Amino acid sequence: MRSCREFKIRPLPLLSAILLVIVVACTSVAAQAADAAIPHSEVLIQNATILTATHGRIEHGSVYVKDGKIVAVGTNVSAPSSAKVIDAGGRYLTPGIIDAHSHSALDSDVNEATSPVTPHMMMADAFDYQDEDLYHSLAGGVTTSLLLHGSANMIGGQAVVIKHRVGRSRDEMIFAGAPRSIKFASGENPKRVYGERDQLPSTRMGNFAVQREALQQAREYLREWEAYDAKVKRGDKDITPPHKDLKLEALADILRGNLLVQIHCYRADEFLTEMAIAREFGYHVRAFHHALEAYKVPEKLAAENVAIATFADWWGFKEEAWDAIPWNAVMSMRKGVRVAIKSDSDDFARRLNQEAAKMMRYGGATEEEALQMVTLNPAWIIGVDDKVGSIDVGKDADLVLWNTYPFSTFALADMVMIDGDTYFDRSAKGLGMPQMKEGN
Amino acid sequence: MKRSTMLRVMVRVATLFVMFAVWIGSASAQDKAIEKAIVLKGGKVLTISHGVIENGVVVMQGGKIVAVGSADTLIPAGADVRDVTGMTVYPGLIDSETQLGLVEISAEKMTVDTSEPSDEIMPHMHVYDAFHAESELIPVTRMNGITNVIVAPEGEDTLPGQDAFVQLAGRSAEEMLLIRDIAMPMNFGPDQRRRGGRGGGGGKYPSTRMGLITQMRQTFLDAQDYQQKWADYEKKKAEFAAKDSAKDASKNVSKDGKGKDTKEKDSPKDPPSPPKRDLKLEALVPYLEGKKPVILHTEDASDVQTAVRMANEFHLKLVLAGLTQAQPVLDWIAEQKLPVIVGSIYNDPKQHTRYDSVFTLPAELYKRGVKIAFASYDAHNVRNLPYAAGYAVAFGLPHDEALKAITLNPAEIWGVADQYGSLDAGKVASVVVADGDPLELRTDVKHLYIRGREIPLTSKQTRLRDQYSQ
Repeated sequence: MRSCREFKIRPLPLLSAILLVIVVACTSVAAQAADAAIPHSEVLIQNATILTATHGRIEHGSVYVKDGKIVAVGTNVSAPSSAKVIDAGGRYLTPGIIDAHSHSALDSDVNEATSPVTPHMMMADAFDYQDEDLYHSLAGGVTTSLLLHGSANMIGGQAVVIKHRVGRSRDEMIFAGAPRSIKFASGENPKRVYGERDQLPSTRMGNFAVQREALQQAREYLREWEAYDAKVKRGDKDITPPHKDLKLEALADILRGNLLVQIHCYRADEFLTEMAIAREFGYHVRAFHHALEAYKVPEKLAAENVAIATFADWWGFKEEAWDAIPWNAVMSMRKGVRVAIKSDSDDFARRLNQEAAKMMRYGGATEEEALQMVTLNPAWIIGVDDKVGSIDVGKDADLVLWNTYPFSTFALADMVMIDGDTYFDRSAKGLGMPQMKEGN
Repeated sequence: MKRSTMLRVMVRVATLFVMFAVWIGSASAQDKAIEKAIVLKGGKVLTISHGVIENGVVVMQGGKIVAVGSADTLIPAGADVRDVTGMTVYPGLIDSETQLGLVEISAEKMTVDTSEPSDEIMPHMHVYDAFHAESELIPVTRMNGITNVIVAPEGEDTLPGQDAFVQLAGRSAEEMLLIRDIAMPMNFGPDQRRRGGRGGGGGKYPSTRMGLITQMRQTFLDAQDYQQKWADYEKKKAEFAAKDSAKDASKNVSKDGKGKDTKEKDSPKDPPSPPKRDLKLEALVPYLEGKKPVILHTEDASDVQTAVRMANEFHLKLVLAGLTQAQPVLDWIAEQKLPVIVGSIYNDPKQHTRYDSVFTLPAELYKRGVKIAFASYDAHNVRNLPYAAGYAVAFGLPHDEALKAITLNPAEIWGVADQYGSLDAGKVASVVVADGDPLELRTDVKHLYIRGREIPLTSKQTRLRDQYSQ
């Protein structure tokens, strides 16, 4: 099978008409095919302190894993003798950590900063699966990441969801069946990038004008196609289809509800503006990223079921981060906002468990709430919470075994499993990656 | 009109008088409060210097620690006794490199005074000239028990200026800047700014590591010349003064006038004139004299060896810093018998090395007998200093040593261990009361004393929290 990448670079104009659909379909088909090709381990993890992320703690618990899925969880789990037994010795077992905001493995190709609206840029095309940052975060317990565009553009492009199956091929690292996300930005970054070139936008007014204009074009494009489709349906002959445009097609997918909208946004007033624009054009904001002022308007976000992916305690790096407070996550959560703690950094991605632990201090998140902030909630933001993010029967067996209580400075991931396969084992020699093969 | 002006003046004078009286009153009340002993009783006392005292007592008075001991420690009469049962009591933490007071909002240029990039060699930049005592970052930092920091210019340049040792509380910069020009950072490696850009494309010197180190060597040679010129001058001046006083003496004795004229012809008429002062070279003299430490920051194995060799030519008193990519030469580093401020352990490991090759650095240095200290190398996130030390524990550094590396070790490295770094009688009363292990993420600081005074644990961030919690 030819890779999606080769398809994409063919410069035939005719092909471009259906390119987007093909790219997406092809990506997920390739990943699914690869996924099925990996023979998964059959494992029984015994005597673990299980933090499930959905139904509390299970002391002396077991998890039985087969064909990449969690088959059974509890204190009384039996497994066939074919299962490899891992005695946790009382150590803590959590779901794999999920990072809802990463720029790892993109080799700095995160911003096509040549126009403030580039919804047709596909992050998957820049994904460098051999980047060692993926290994570093895997060793910190991260199993799934949303790789997002940067924030130079108001509409940056479409993200890629990966599993940290480090050592496997590029297509095998793509998260099969994950929905598509698109990254918007707002505030200082777009206005700085384009303002410095004396281009639009250079103000927040300009930012939102650019965004509205793009969405308006998409609306008109969509109408043209709807009119055409209606004519086809009526059986009209001799009609020519409207011109397919990759950029407008991507924007139209926002209006069609085919894309999860992830918005880089810091200030409270901008959350409100972004939500108003979303209402005006009839789409939904999945999550505000960074969202350092969410604590100022949490009810507004909760009312529209908009999540946030925020930093634990980062602040002051720019004007729009000046009012950041480490209580933001818990204060927002208490008002009903779904909160994820994300890395936005190759460094923090290695210790998101620590960032979650800070939330137990700043505002008193419970153990399960803190865990959800780096597992189930980011899974929801990415749209994969039906597959990962908790230790529940039927979910992917993405698991981390910790040497001690995970919400501690002293915690280390001893073993990280994805689909029941061990991808990181701290006790293993060298890099600690049993799946790593030379030449991958 | 005139009358009302008079009245206004009188009112103003009266107001000032009242204000002055109130100020005097409050000042003396404050002094009294300082004089009254504060006793922290019942806590788990981590002395750092002499172990842990369960159910211990710490007595503070006059800004100093006056006693540290077990439950039976004598409590002065009339002392303000504070029950801290269940709490952990430890000395204020020391961060060995920060940019606190030099930056407010990183992306807003006008609020950033971290380095003066016009030249690689800027030893005459003094952070005390830029230190902003009222920075909102300082109360935020204090809330995690950090009481003293080194403020350093950012390490982008070879010789970016001189550091200050700062106390994170005080009415003004004057009070907070405890030691000005305590040390001089010297940075060498791939990241140092070169006016010539990389590879000389900018047409200016220097543009390579070779250029950077040669430029530094030449600078120290120039400073030695400068030092010599001034030494010569001081010598001539002393000689002149001696001759002058001898001449005066002879003037007084020989009233007959014999031999007076011939004597005057021999000696110079005017005193020797001093060399021209050069602030840049002058700044380097105390370091050539070995009076103060030079903090040599490198990351790579080859860079540390190159730079140490150069520094040894000038007999500089060195403290090493960084070293996060220097794993191949750790034995050699230990042989240098120099203390090390470990570079951020969050730095990336080298390609194709194990993920924890930097996380294990503090433990590896400690194993080899190197005295280590931690630094946040940050401004906004200095509060997270204890977590770097704690993470090093996860990777093999003994817990006691990690604590020492943010208290007593830095105090010793910076030459202030007689006053800071442990809970011992006679030292400055910088004391933290927290609800758990200082290195643990979930631990919350409950009380903070700096120079014996309780500092409210409030900041811009708690104000916003409280405002939006209503």
